[in-house]
Amino acid sequence: MDNVFVYCEIEEGKIAEVSLELLSKGRSLATRQNCSLEAVVIGSGLKDIEKQIFPYGVDVLHIADDKRLYPYTTLPHAAIVKGLFEQEKPRIGLFGATSVGRDLAPRIASALKCGLTADCTELEIGNHTEIKTKKEFRDLLYQIRPAFGGNIIATIINPETRPQLATVREGVMKNEIHSTGHKGDIKEIDYQKWLSDDDFVIKVIERHIEKSKVNIKNAGIIVAGGYGVGSKENFKLLYELAGVLGGEVAGSRAAVDGGFVEHERQVGQTGVTVRPKLYIACGISGQIQHRAGMDQSVIIISINNDPGAPINQIADYTIVGDLTEIIPKMIKYYQKNTK
Amino acid sequence: MRGLKIIVLAKQVPDTRNVGKDAMKADGTVNRAALPAIFNPEDLNALEQALRLKDKYPGTTITLLTMGPGRAAEIIREAMYRGADNGYLLTDRKFAGSDTLATSYALSLAIKKLSPFDLVITGRQAIDGDTAQVGPQVAEKLDLPQITYAEEIISVGKKKITVKRRLERGVETLEAPLPLVITVHSSAPECRPRHAKYTIKYKHARSLGELQDTSEDYLQLQKDRPYLLINEWSVTDIDADLEQLGLSGSPTKVKKIENVVFTSRETRVLSPADDDIDNLMKELIEGHTIG
Ligand SMILES: Cc1cc2nc3c(=O)[nH]c(=O)nc-3n(C[C@H](O)[C@H](O)[C@H](O)COP(=O)(O)OP(=O)(O)OC[C@H]3O[C@@H](n4cnc5c(N)ncnc54)[C@H](O)[C@@H]3O)c2cc1C
Repeated sequence: MDNVFVYCEIEEGKIAEVSLELLSKGRSLATRQNCSLEAVVIGSGLKDIEKQIFPYGVDVLHIADDKRLYPYTTLPHAAIVKGLFEQEKPRIGLFGATSVGRDLAPRIASALKCGLTADCTELEIGNHTEIKTKKEFRDLLYQIRPAFGGNIIATIINPETRPQLATVREGVMKNEIHSTGHKGDIKEIDYQKWLSDDDFVIKVIERHIEKSKVNIKNAGIIVAGGYGVGSKENFKLLYELAGVLGGEVAGSRAAVDGGFVEHERQVGQTGVTVRPKLYIACGISGQIQHRAGMDQSVIIISINNDPGAPINQIADYTIVGDLTEIIPKMIKYYQKNTK
Repeated sequence: MRGLKIIVLAKQVPDTRNVGKDAMKADGTVNRAALPAIFNPEDLNALEQALRLKDKYPGTTITLLTMGPGRAAEIIREAMYRGADNGYLLTDRKFAGSDTLATSYALSLAIKKLSPFDLVITGRQAIDGDTAQVGPQVAEKLDLPQITYAEEIISVGKKKITVKRRLERGVETLEAPLPLVITVHSSAPECRPRHAKYTIKYKHARSLGELQDTSEDYLQLQKDRPYLLINEWSVTDIDADLEQLGLSGSPTKVKKIENVVFTSRETRVLSPADDDIDNLMKELIEGHTIG
């Protein structure tokens, strides 16, 4: 009762990165409120899955292991999570802001008539006094997120309803192991009682998962291109610069939409959040949704032929000019002056 | 295959994508009133999916349902210009302050009133909130299955539908029974433009609210051509429990709003001349940022 729950997504036997990040955050939220951290894993072939979970400081792992529960489909997972939440009455429930978590969490919120905040960028614990009634609420979950296209930051609370539900995107929270030797309890969920045949009306007839090849999230150096790069062909220049510097290539949404670069490399509010030591923004105007994903970079260089581009306001260096002229010069100098 | 009855859920939103200079206040925050109101982009992707079904299965009808202030009738008209058959505007002051839970409660009541139907199709999320919650919550309240993040409705058979769904790192194809709620992802095809024939036909489509203070002639035109009426429903029309609407029906409360003001860094402006580039690279190497 009254604990912090994290719904863990699983793909081919591995707990998703976003879920591990949520467990890390969940651990600190649980410690802060003196309650336990509990994980929920629903899938099939889950033997030994606790080995991936307990190091995050999980006190109780709830498992439902059944062939019919993998791959994820909405109704059976929703029925089980709803049943479990009604039984365990968590104070907080966290989900990844993914095609799974954002499919599942709203269904749970609707069924339990409780509040849900999507795509939180920070989660904190704090108190609240209702202005009109002077009513005091202690230890609420502050669900902090950008809204209005990233132009405002809102702090949302659910004073009266439990659980307090939130989703968080991958890469927003840090993945931090609590202690490698930590052990918790495993509880088999008695899920059959919550399921009916009707929950299996949707069939997955084909599934195609690309192994993620790129990992811009952990790159120390990022060379990012925007619509101003102009073409997929020109993006080769960025790959070359990233190659010699030992970095990764990323893109703005306009570059992704233009087909210059894959979606996996998109930085920003609807892409990945990055914090490299060096971010080189080439032909990126720096709309707020893009900046939200990279403004924490240690050093920012903007290459843009428009001296008034908004990105320049947050750049440490602005090179005003044509990127196709500037990038080769950078490569040339670097190659000449390093071994 | 018989024609389908499709309800498209759509929202009119402020255009938060292009916050131009005129929409910025002196303190660097956004002046929301200065943003134009548009048809939520992913709801247009949803409308296109519905229109494709209408092309494919003659006899299909598309009803656009939206909740919002009176002027949201604009997006119903817009949908008609592109091929929707009729529209309903849920509008009432008592809806104000509704979060996604209260909104989906109201929408689900309106959808029930429009029953029977085969499909409810909507955009994955609206750009003013980006929550992606209303679709699944409507599905839950209607006790229907859902397919979110849809990219393509591949086919519709007698009792089942095949849909391709976008995942973070891939796609999956699902088979589902009807009726069903589908939310459409922005990677789905863009919506077709207005059709000249429909634009002429529905040019004078108006909601009751819009018809107030118009001339007798106009009212007569509406009477002669009933398809020009954009239906308006209030809280009483959908028989809603007031406790579940507006602020009282919304478990989430906004504690605080802060405007994002990006702290500008002191930027050094360089030219593309060799010297400037070389010096910059030298500095980065010496500072161990690169190399
Ligand atoms: C809900 C929502 C979510 C969004 N999420 C994201 C997100 O996650 N990530 C994201 O990036 N965007 C996102 N966007 C889109 C964002 O608002 C911008 O549209 C996008 O970032 C613009 O991309 P850009 O800077 O590459 O293109 P543009 O704005 O077109 O800028 C191109 C720039 O290139 C410069 N340029 C042109 N030619 C050259 C040249 N030869 N040399 C040097 N410079 C040149 C131009 O001066 C200009 O500054 C989102 C929008 C919405 C509404």
